[in-house]
Amino acid sequence: MVQALQYFFSGITVGSVYAIVAIGFNIIYSATGVLNFAQGEFVMLGGMVAITLASFLPVPVAVAVAVAIVTLFGCGLELVFFRRLRSHSILHMIIITIGLSIVIQELALHVWDEKVRSLPYFTGNEASSVKLLGAALSPQVIWVLGTAAIVVALLQLFYKRTLYGRAMRACSSNPEAAMLVGINTGNMRTAAFGLSAGLGALAGCVISPISMTHYEMGPGLAIKGFAAAVLGGLGNPMAAVVGGLMVGLIEAFSVSVIPSAFKDVAAFAILLAMLFLRPHGLFGRPSGVSVREV
Amino acid sequence: MKEKLMCSIKVAAAACVIGLTGLTANGAESRTIKIGAIFSQTGPASFLGAPEAKTVQMLADQLNAKGGILGRKVEVIIKDSGGSPEKAVSFAKQLIDEERVLAIIGPSTSGETMQIKPLCEENKMILVSCAAAETIVNPLAKYVFKTPQKDSQAVTWIYNTMKDMGISKIAVLSGNDGFGMAGKKQLEDLASAHSIQIVVNEVYDKGATDLTDILTKVKGTPGVQAVVNWSIVPAQSIIAKNMKQIGLNIPLFQSHGFGNLKYVEQAGVAAEGILFPAGRLLVVDELPDNHPQKQVLAAYKRDYETRFKENVSTFGGHAYDAFMVVIEGVKKARSTDRDKVRDAIEQLKGFVGTAGVFNYSPTDHTGLGLDAFEMLTVKNGKFAIYKK
Repeated sequence: MVQALQYFFSGITVGSVYAIVAIGFNIIYSATGVLNFAQGEFVMLGGMVAITLASFLPVPVAVAVAVAIVTLFGCGLELVFFRRLRSHSILHMIIITIGLSIVIQELALHVWDEKVRSLPYFTGNEASSVKLLGAALSPQVIWVLGTAAIVVALLQLFYKRTLYGRAMRACSSNPEAAMLVGINTGNMRTAAFGLSAGLGALAGCVISPISMTHYEMGPGLAIKGFAAAVLGGLGNPMAAVVGGLMVGLIEAFSVSVIPSAFKDVAAFAILLAMLFLRPHGLFGRPSGVSVREV
Repeated sequence: MKEKLMCSIKVAAAACVIGLTGLTANGAESRTIKIGAIFSQTGPASFLGAPEAKTVQMLADQLNAKGGILGRKVEVIIKDSGGSPEKAVSFAKQLIDEERVLAIIGPSTSGETMQIKPLCEENKMILVSCAAAETIVNPLAKYVFKTPQKDSQAVTWIYNTMKDMGISKIAVLSGNDGFGMAGKKQLEDLASAHSIQIVVNEVYDKGATDLTDILTKVKGTPGVQAVVNWSIVPAQSIIAKNMKQIGLNIPLFQSHGFGNLKYVEQAGVAAEGILFPAGRLLVVDELPDNHPQKQVLAAYKRDYETRFKENVSTFGGHAYDAFMVVIEGVKKARSTDRDKVRDAIEQLKGFVGTAGVFNYSPTDHTGLGLDAFEMLTVKNGKFAIYKK
């Protein structure tokens, strides 16, 4: 029982990071129709910038400033690349995101270096351990879970309750109508990129003490996050949370029955099965209402 | 990247020199002695490749400042493989066919080395690998040498230490790269001879960032007395942290791949008490003055640390040994004829390197004995010799 709980915590820790990346995918996808494969790079940049700032600022300030910088960076990407390339097909823009992912990694390699680095633990240190319902875990795990939960709750409020959030949703469900009622869809797309980048950066900061930050960490996270987004159903940020946690839990529990070398296989096998049985994901609507045609 | 630029400038300069002298000299032999190097300066194995590349560049500069060898300067052409065997293969081809180097140093990882081993053998190209896996020199290839200690020797040290501590049931974790796979095989093969029982045996991805799931499995298996981790990737630090975090308080043994203080820094206090076999470079200050390696180690440590402002690692040491072995070979052969140099390297005896005292022979292309290792531990964030 304690053993199962231990696997459970291990699963939801990685799962909640996948979930935040998947939310990032969804925010940009629903606002622009683009699948942003540079999503993992936002996580990496968040961690890297925070680590650099933490050398002369207190950690909470460093994290806040890093999130702000990466948010601006995300907005900048939209303004420089995607706004100008609006007339190109969605497929072109997806390829551009893959190119951007490579460029950002190379830049990070030059700005920082090839070394692995990490933020200090928010509470305690590398060896501290807390008992929760009999399972032992790092206090940082609680930080990760708490942050993910707060992000999800705030995002839900933003989308449902605020004018800005509603406008963003309007852009995704019907861009023409949104434009007709006076919503600046261009700015909404920029904001979506910024929001997505900021969330990624925050995730990058809270996981940095656990999984460490490295210029190459992005693509791996992007693939898992994408899997989580597809599993939940593209275009629905809350479904992404379920998708992310599921991918994390499947990975963790699969280790208890099969050799750990195959845990990625387990996660992707379930993803494939899902695509055969419910191509629109767990919570997506069939017939592709939320899927825009190219 | 500055090094790369410098390299290409040097290549360009060398090309000019060759072009000019070609008119007067016979042109058949270039003025500089070219030595190729393939290191994973970036990528998951950059902990190995970066210090290796720096070391080789530093040694070449030092040698050239003293006038080179046989009256000729040495030019090192360093290629960054990023840890990818495919890139290593194409760089090896480039170094063999286009640059026509005297010898190739590296690659950093066992997986890459195994990919270019047949290529070098076929082209009669001297390869002095900085990777550790036993399979590099066993089966023996005529032109392939290596400088790190053997896996089997590291395993023997670990199992002997376990016997002293009364440990018999262990968990083996390894990375899914060439080094991890080779080490796993040695751990499995030698276990019964040392009456060690492997009760958990897991492989993880070389890019893994969280290993609590595997360690949970270890924790849930009754009777496990110690964990052996075999990899070269940052997972070495992650395992140490995760073990403490989930409350798995049993001894952790690592391979000789742990010999970079960076790993200790990454694991912080969780690294305390980790046991691993390694060469003496990391504990040079603890060595008595009359130790045969003391001088070489102290000089390398001082030069490297003043020039690059970072701690030495055993990996840079492997590159030191590889470069010096080639230079010693040239010195002994009094020629840059590749076959003569190869024969000279094979006959090298009593060469004092960072990993130990090398004695190559036609049947041994590692050249190091069991005494090249020392059991080390982590004490107050520093490496120290383990005392029972």
